[in-house]
Amino acid sequence: MPKRTDISSILVIGAGPIIIGQACEFDYSGTQAIKALKEEGYRVILVNSNPATIMTDPEFADATYIEPITPEIVAKIIAKERPDALLPTMGGQTALNCALKLDEMGVLAEYGVEMIGAKADAIDKAENRQRFREAMDAIGLESARSGVANTVEQAFAVLERTGLPAIIRPSFTLGGTGGGIAYNKAEFERIVREGLDASPTTEVLIEESLLGWKEFEMEVVRDRKDNAIIICSIENVDPMGVHTGDSITVAPALTLTDKEYQIMRSASIAVLREIGVETGGSNVQFAVNPRDGRLIVIEMNPRVSRSSALASKATGFPIARVAAKLAVGYTLDELTNEITGATPASFEPTIDYVVTKIPRFAFEKFKGTANDLSTAMKSVGEVMAIGRNFQESVQKALRGLETGLDGFNRVPELEGADKDVITAALARRTPDRLLKVAQAFREGLSVEEIAAVTYYDPWFLRQIEGIIAAEREVQNDGLPIDAAGLRRLKAMGFSDKRLATLAVRSVGVAGGLAETQAKRSGLLHDALVAMAGATSEEEVRALRHRLGVLPVFKRIDSCAAEFEAITPYMYSTYEAPSFGEAECEANPSDRRKIVILGGGPNRIGQGIEFDYCCVHACFALREQWHGPAFETIMVNCNPETVSTDYDTSDRLYFEPLTAEDVLEILRVEQSQGELVGVIVQFGGQTPLKLAQALEDAGIPILGTSPDAIDLAEDRERFAKLVNKLNLKQPENGIARSRNEAAAVAARIGYPVLLRPSYVLGGRAMEIVDSEAQLDDYIASAVNVSGDSPVLIDQYLRDAIECDVDALCDGTEVRVAGVMQHIEEAGVHSGDSACTLPPYSLPSHIIAEMERQTEALAFALGVKGLMNVQFAVKDGVVYLIEVNPRASRTVPFVAKATGQPVAKIAARVMAGEPLSAFEPFKRDLAYMAVKEAVFPFARFPGADPVLSPEMKSTGEVMGIDTSFEAAFLKSQMGAGMKLPRAGTLFVSVKDTDKAQIVPGVRRLIEHGFRVVATGGTQSYLAEQGLPVERVNKVAEGQPHIVDRIIDGEIALIFNTTEGWQSLMDSKSIRQAALAGKVPYYTTAAASLAAAAAIVAVGPEQLAVRSLQDYYAT
Amino acid sequence: MADPATFRAPPPGTTGVLVLADGTVIWGRGFGAVGSAVGEVCFNTAMTGYQEVMTDPSYAAQIVTFTFPHIGNVGANGEDVESRVEGAVGCIVREDVTEPSNFRSIERFGEWMARNGKIGLSGVDTRALTRRIRLSGAPNAVIAHAPDGKFDIPALLERAKAWPGLEGMDLAIRVTRGAQEAWEGGPWSLGKGYGRAPFDAKPHVVAIDYGAKDNIFRNLVRAGARVTVVPAKTSFEAIMTLKPDGVFLSNGPGDPAATGEYAVPVIKALLDADVPLFGICLGHQLLALAAGARTIKMHQGHRGANHPVQRVGEGWGETSGLVEITSMNHGFAVDAATLPENVEQTHVSLFDGTNCGIAIKGKKAFAVQYHPEASPGPQDSFYLFEKFVGMLARETV
Repeated sequence: MPKRTDISSILVIGAGPIIIGQACEFDYSGTQAIKALKEEGYRVILVNSNPATIMTDPEFADATYIEPITPEIVAKIIAKERPDALLPTMGGQTALNCALKLDEMGVLAEYGVEMIGAKADAIDKAENRQRFREAMDAIGLESARSGVANTVEQAFAVLERTGLPAIIRPSFTLGGTGGGIAYNKAEFERIVREGLDASPTTEVLIEESLLGWKEFEMEVVRDRKDNAIIICSIENVDPMGVHTGDSITVAPALTLTDKEYQIMRSASIAVLREIGVETGGSNVQFAVNPRDGRLIVIEMNPRVSRSSALASKATGFPIARVAAKLAVGYTLDELTNEITGATPASFEPTIDYVVTKIPRFAFEKFKGTANDLSTAMKSVGEVMAIGRNFQESVQKALRGLETGLDGFNRVPELEGADKDVITAALARRTPDRLLKVAQAFREGLSVEEIAAVTYYDPWFLRQIEGIIAAEREVQNDGLPIDAAGLRRLKAMGFSDKRLATLAVRSVGVAGGLAETQAKRSGLLHDALVAMAGATSEEEVRALRHRLGVLPVFKRIDSCAAEFEAITPYMYSTYEAPSFGEAECEANPSDRRKIVILGGGPNRIGQGIEFDYCCVHACFALREQWHGPAFETIMVNCNPETVSTDYDTSDRLYFEPLTAEDVLEILRVEQSQGELVGVIVQFGGQTPLKLAQALEDAGIPILGTSPDAIDLAEDRERFAKLVNKLNLKQPENGIARSRNEAAAVAARIGYPVLLRPSYVLGGRAMEIVDSEAQLDDYIASAVNVSGDSPVLIDQYLRDAIECDVDALCDGTEVRVAGVMQHIEEAGVHSGDSACTLPPYSLPSHIIAEMERQTEALAFALGVKGLMNVQFAVKDGVVYLIEVNPRASRTVPFVAKATGQPVAKIAARVMAGEPLSAFEPFKRDLAYMAVKEAVFPFARFPGADPVLSPEMKSTGEVMGIDTSFEAAFLKSQMGAGMKLPRAGTLFVSVKDTDKAQIVPGVRRLIEHGFRVVATGGTQSYLAEQGLPVERVNKVAEGQPHIVDRIIDGEIALIFNTTEGWQSLMDSKSIRQAALAGKVPYYTTAAASLAAAAAIVAVGPEQLAVRSLQDYYAT
Repeated sequence: MADPATFRAPPPGTTGVLVLADGTVIWGRGFGAVGSAVGEVCFNTAMTGYQEVMTDPSYAAQIVTFTFPHIGNVGANGEDVESRVEGAVGCIVREDVTEPSNFRSIERFGEWMARNGKIGLSGVDTRALTRRIRLSGAPNAVIAHAPDGKFDIPALLERAKAWPGLEGMDLAIRVTRGAQEAWEGGPWSLGKGYGRAPFDAKPHVVAIDYGAKDNIFRNLVRAGARVTVVPAKTSFEAIMTLKPDGVFLSNGPGDPAATGEYAVPVIKALLDADVPLFGICLGHQLLALAAGARTIKMHQGHRGANHPVQRVGEGWGETSGLVEITSMNHGFAVDAATLPENVEQTHVSLFDGTNCGIAIKGKKAFAVQYHPEASPGPQDSFYLFEKFVGMLARETV
């Protein structure tokens, strides 16, 4: 069946901002889908509020709407664009929910828009717990004993059937927000209430607990002729009870016989047929009782998902691309498997390696939340690794996580602990449980003992036991000095660094003496090396190379070598030379090549924005564009990204971003052709950390030198440069002890900003107002020492913060965008809303910032991108920091201005002059507002307040002709529903009181009632504003939190000063978050919100495509 | 190519070896039975079902390279056995076999191999070996396992060289039953294991065993038939005295042309007598030979559980063009170009366009090259058993 010709334009709905449970995998899927549809000649209309996505690049869709994904706004886009069809399966739960709503509202019927990929009824049948259950009953598949409840009373009735522990899942939420496991009735009631609140349909499913059962996922693709294929089976190492997004998983399933696997396979296909997923990809989740194989269907997603992205990367089968083609009428046999180029897409990929995914968490950002895992997803990113066996695969994944692990590092708190303590630790479902399993083996626990508390399958446990046994050998005897012995360890996935650590310990010198001595040189060091084999990563590498123990590269070919793969998608492994040399399939070309190092797993502070930059580098360099085409080679280990799509670069290595792994790739790539250089400046801190090792190995680094980057990050070196250029920085100093810190702070004057050196995302930063707070910070937040000093800055209270992104080629500097933050200085720049162009800065201040940017660019020798942060206070421009590399704001600047900033930067790094490119258009006839999106709802207990520590997971952009409309759109895109009327609660610090008055006045004039706490109330009353007084929490009930809980408050302006006031008001913010009441914690944002509410109603908002904005 | 150095110096820890007829020596670690065996080296890309593969008589005189690195994870059990007779003589895997983990496992895979006289070799880059087979065809070889690591490589090489290869080899005669058997097993289900065949089932299928997988008979039972299995060389007359409603031609090893020497006349007679026929794999090839087509030895064969087969030709109605994901195991194929007028091609491989199914016009006779009985592999094609048995039911009612 060929493609459909009765439709010619298709609306694709994206997933919106990156949030927990919905990350950049939907940019990967959506980008593939748009490319696939464009190839077929359809006109594609896209709506996605997330400017950091590749899919919203203006060259992908024909009309790109960076607008809030609300049914009302999308209805306007439909009215304007009149698409023939709507593809709702590429944008996660956001797109499905929006499409269902549009259907319900009658918009699709009114404009004759057909839903393709999944019909409304199929979506509902899959998502509605009751209907899904009935469907499973109809095809004879077992579901867990369960029931649906819309009230707490109904929930208790269901509990009679399921018993405790019980699992509570709210309907229609992302990543199971609001769900959990209840072990007692009190917990049960609490989780049910949270779940009912979180569900847009006030509905929860209560299920019998399948704790300890094994969990599997099947990725299925079906076409309209009823061809159905399994792309990949995934087995969760973490058994039932941990959300699959938070579970360590492997592909393919490793502990099923064929008979059990085929039951699951047939069941998966039966599920798709029964639910009525006509075309496209879906995943079906199963629980399996390890004692008797009893199989229970958990759920299915009638759309592409996080696991379909994982399955695509794990097998080389591009599910989203294929699903898009199937949605427009093709059948699987009509599509080609692009990896082989010779076989059709209607087959089941088979793999000859093991894939491991490990999630990455950010609990440290949300103090007050325990790091327990449950059925509500909490991870912010993931790493995938590929090895020829499980051990290699899992150890590569551990080092790819970039959480400081080289493999199964020791868990110090369990060393020498009692068995009871260890089993108690193992019983908790925490992010580091796998490491604790390894430690338990070190402490002498058996497979059976560990399995009894973790329910991990003994197969995985024995594999880890094997790693620990090998580790013990090295620890006892040092490194093997023969190739076969060393190769055996490398084939188990041990990193050179981990081997060095273990080897040093073999030299049984008392109390870490060997470890200290290993760092030095001289005779003793030589003796150590002689005994241990090697004492550092470099020495292990040297030994390995001397013995000829080198990794080879194998291809991910979807067919286990049955056919030749034409796509160079590779991973490393260690093979024994069982016949002749170990076979390496890298087959490097003789071209001029550029290697782009990606950003690794997403985390708060390093997310999709950096992947966007890496992808742009590939796009800019692989074709002839303002210069010659290079062969682009991508190295990354994040399965969610566009960068790890096999057709983003010419060659893709799916490998951890460590010095060892990257150097081995470069060794092979340098064996043929010319390595022009490596780009380390686009992937965030991850590749930058490798710059030194690359330079030491004589690898050319493109663009700004790592030394210049280091200079900008080294406070002392940077201060010298600032002095030389005669620029002004906030007062600052460095302290290596508590007393030094107190002295520096006293010199600068409180408030001061404290932070440990060398961080990303502002972790552990804090503003302190007094010496007492400083003591508290130093005692609890950091370990101050000679090696890890604390940085102390003058805190510019109420200053306006700005970001400037610019490009430099050594002879010319071009400013790409100046952004004014809405929140004042002190809130992490990644968490601030900002506008481009600045909404209230005088032109001479902007000119001054541009002048300083230019001076810094030349002084640092920037070649490529740079980002400068300024603070403006009382007309004085302070330089806050310079990052001579790609920054988080690059995609926003590119989308707001319509300039391919990252692409131009990549070209400049490859040697093209800036003069080869059109000058940037700087006069914009519109405003773009970027707003951050936070995961606070996932971390109950944490204070949902903005601070110098970055906490946001993603961003949205609002774009319109006025600041107010753009700001309103940004709030809508971020999921904030600004009220049109109701009661405003105001409680602001003294320094904000005067500032807040006009905003409150406008809202009162607009019809709002206002309540305020004591000080604020009397101040506002003095200004003649009718404001009612309400008790602070400390003043006794009924207080403001009661009013919020009762739903009486529609909007909150709450700013705080100092530690105590912040602590006092935490319950207000938590209540607001729980009650979904919009709240603003800075005066500037409060004013912006007030202005937006007064100026425009959402129904007045107009929609306009980027292409249209850029044309004006 | 022969590397004289490897002749002299096996790496430390070597307890197993594969010696190819071209002189290539592949060292590894032996497991399973001790000793040596000769055969053709093929590869199988299925990720599950190693025990079924190893007991499939179609793998007689073959050494299976499993492309999936971890083999043996789920141990061995008494159920996942496709035949009690000789299956594959050995297997080559990348990873050492682990302790099993599965509720159905009763034995370690290595021990099971040893008990069944099969030789295993681990620690081999199976991907490199697979690529080699893809590029230069399936080689003849000797696999050997010696716990002391002592091998007489020149002697093993001589044996590999001397082995004539599968082409022209009738292996069905080696693996077929010695006597007629009333089949008693029913289909498998989780928690219950295998059922039993009802004795009074109609219609009656006589299955000629050229090296059959048991799951074929179980599927015939599931589809409603009573099955009598007869040895490969059973005559037409002997078959007819059993009063079959239909005759099934089983899978099996070796060169169909060689087996065809005694099988084809019987099948021809059955065709002439208008006895309904259904063939699988070798049975498919024999039916094609009987109808006048030829078979050819394939370069690398098809072995795995992910092979797409498309329904082609007339008679499919709405499901024309549908793709079945199938289990395959064949090194010979029916040459579609030689199909006579009265033979219709019903299925083709979407991997390489080779013939995967035929039907004889005007007769109730059809066959498929792949394995609708699965075990291991997808169960998409069970309909063929229903089709066959249904065809017979109409006949007898």
